[in-house]
Amino acid sequence: MKRYFGRKIVIYLSTFFLAVTVDWAIPRLMPGDPVMNLLSRVSVRAEAAEAMYGYYTKAFGLDIPVWKQYINFWIALFHGDLGTSVYLFPQKVVDVIIMAVPYSIALLVPAILLSFYAGNKFGAFAARTKILDNTLLPVGYLLTATPYMWLGILLAWSLGIVAGIFPTAGAYDFNMAPSFSWPFIFSLIKHWFLPFLSLFLVQFGGWAIGMRNMIIYELESDYSHYLESLGAPRSLIRKYAYRNALLPQITGLALQLGVIVAGSLVTEVVFSYPGLGSLILSAIQNKDYFLIQGCFLFIIIGVLIANFFIDIAYIIIDPRTRLGMAGE
Amino acid sequence: MSLQIKNLVVYYQTLSGYVKALDDVTLSIRDGEIMGLAGESGCGKTTLGNSLIRLEPPMKYIKGDVELDGEKLPIWNSSQMNVFRFKKISIIPQYAMNALNPTIKIGKLISELLSSRKFNYKKIKPELERRLDLVELTHDVLSMYPIELSGGMKQRMVLVLSTLLDPSLLIADEITSALDVSTQKAVAEMLVEFRNRKIVKSMIVITHDISILYQIADSILVMYAGKLAEKASTDVMINTPRHPYTKLLISSLPKVGVRYAEKKLSGIPGNTPLLLDPPIGCRFRDRCPVAFDRCFKEPPFIEIEKDHYIACWKECI
Ligand SMILES: Nc1ncnc2c1ncn2[C@@H]1O[C@H](COP(=O)(O)OP(=O)(O)O)[C@@H](O)[C@H]1O
Ligand code: SF4
Ligand SMILES: [Mg+2]
Repeated sequence: MKRYFGRKIVIYLSTFFLAVTVDWAIPRLMPGDPVMNLLSRVSVRAEAAEAMYGYYTKAFGLDIPVWKQYINFWIALFHGDLGTSVYLFPQKVVDVIIMAVPYSIALLVPAILLSFYAGNKFGAFAARTKILDNTLLPVGYLLTATPYMWLGILLAWSLGIVAGIFPTAGAYDFNMAPSFSWPFIFSLIKHWFLPFLSLFLVQFGGWAIGMRNMIIYELESDYSHYLESLGAPRSLIRKYAYRNALLPQITGLALQLGVIVAGSLVTEVVFSYPGLGSLILSAIQNKDYFLIQGCFLFIIIGVLIANFFIDIAYIIIDPRTRLGMAGE
Repeated sequence: MSLQIKNLVVYYQTLSGYVKALDDVTLSIRDGEIMGLAGESGCGKTTLGNSLIRLEPPMKYIKGDVELDGEKLPIWNSSQMNVFRFKKISIIPQYAMNALNPTIKIGKLISELLSSRKFNYKKIKPELERRLDLVELTHDVLSMYPIELSGGMKQRMVLVLSTLLDPSLLIADEITSALDVSTQKAVAEMLVEFRNRKIVKSMIVITHDISILYQIADSILVMYAGKLAEKASTDVMINTPRHPYTKLLISSLPKVGVRYAEKKLSGIPGNTPLLLDPPIGCRFRDRCPVAFDRCFKEPPFIEIEKDHYIACWKECI
């Protein structure tokens, strides 16, 4: 057990180190100069611009050798300092991100949990129910094969623009000021629903298909047949089969997490939802190194932590991995 | 009579047609009898065992009656069969090594299974522990997962579980095949012990390895290509078999106790016929050294001497 966790932690730490390094390097390899970009938005005289260029380059720490920038980046990181945003200057990157993160989490976490739960339940239910198996599961295949962005656009167009039931942009009505009141909460939910739904549906299809196939495999396995010949009721056999079929689904969730997060970022862009996805888009458009870095860093840490929890959940549910570890 | 089967026909439904894996089986087993069921791989032994307890697609019930202790078994109806399963008729399946759900502790599995059948685990537990002693398993296995048990231990665990409710009939399918010789012998003796203690009344012990039956079976039934060939007491079958196939089978056997791999018998030339389209008449005809004209008609399975049944024209004139 100890050795297993030791190894896992080494893997997680090296993944983290590598990801942070890539995260640091990518914006610097991008073409364009962020300070120039910042200055181009304020119209000043040429000599003033030159002075300001020197000032800002220093302020952002871009005037020192690259390797020092890299080390400074790590030091600052451990102080929870991700630098200053260029595009929203002089706001701190951390503050900008903290404004956006709740929106992303509000989309992602319910979409992941609910689709995982509902998709698996539905897939298990559909398996061996001829009518559902023949009608609704093809829909599942269609859903899981749909790119997130495409479904988002489709929903925005149909339920938003054509039917006019849901708004298609923003997190709440533009003419409302955030407050803790029913109309505002209602507006939040209304704006949240479509991006949530498009994330939910794509994942739901995937989990339902996966569970349907896995549970049929489990129901045809030797232990299920043995229980049948001992006269066990279907409910008991299905309970065991479901539990065992869930294990590969949990592994699937860990593997899919990155894809899901990426899907949620583009979905936010489709719906102009003010989470990390929209923030990253603005940051890229404005060549805002620090903000891009900060956003990706946040995502990396989030995905790694989530993966770690899934790993632990798996160990708790599957005695075989647990026992395999005891033997080490 | 403990078990009585009359004209049982069970096929497998496949895309290319029916596989006639069990054709017109009639036999009976007495109370207390251990009947060995032998024959080459693919002759329908497992199909016979399964059709008595779990007849599920692609298996298809065609016709025939099965009676256990005077009660008719509704083998064609899975939900009606549930009443009999485990209590009256039980099986140690051919895949006993993988028969236990791998993600649940054995004790918990038994407890959930029993309560699903409206039995009280707590009440049965002392007896369960006595049975574990009987097969030389520690009581600790109840708090273990199946992967913590060796193959032989799993085999014995399944033996204990399948017989926990003292069924009238136990079907044991190839339970010694995956074990080494010394474990084989121990498991075979445990089967006899279970019968002697009247935990189970009678048994069908399926094996492709006749030598194990010498030690434990009261009678032996030999099948060939989905049909019964010969049945008699173990002594008679070994010393004076009458069916040409049985004769070849017995004489081609290695010395008692030595296993041979599950493959075509080297002593009998030719192949077993495909059961999708079996030959008309006696199914053994192509390989039979003494076949003659009459063999183009199907030989009936009849009693030629007391308790000695045979399906061969040569022997029943
Ligand atoms: N699921 C199946 N579908 C079609 N044919 C099958 C199936 N299972 C077994 N059979 C056929 O039925 C015949 C008897 O098989 P089986 O009862 O398993 O033989 P044994 O146990 O004697 O080795 C074989 O010819 C086999 O090919
Ligand atoms: S019936 Fe004919 S072919 Fe069949 S075993 Fe007897 S002699 Fe041989
Ligand atoms: Mg078999």
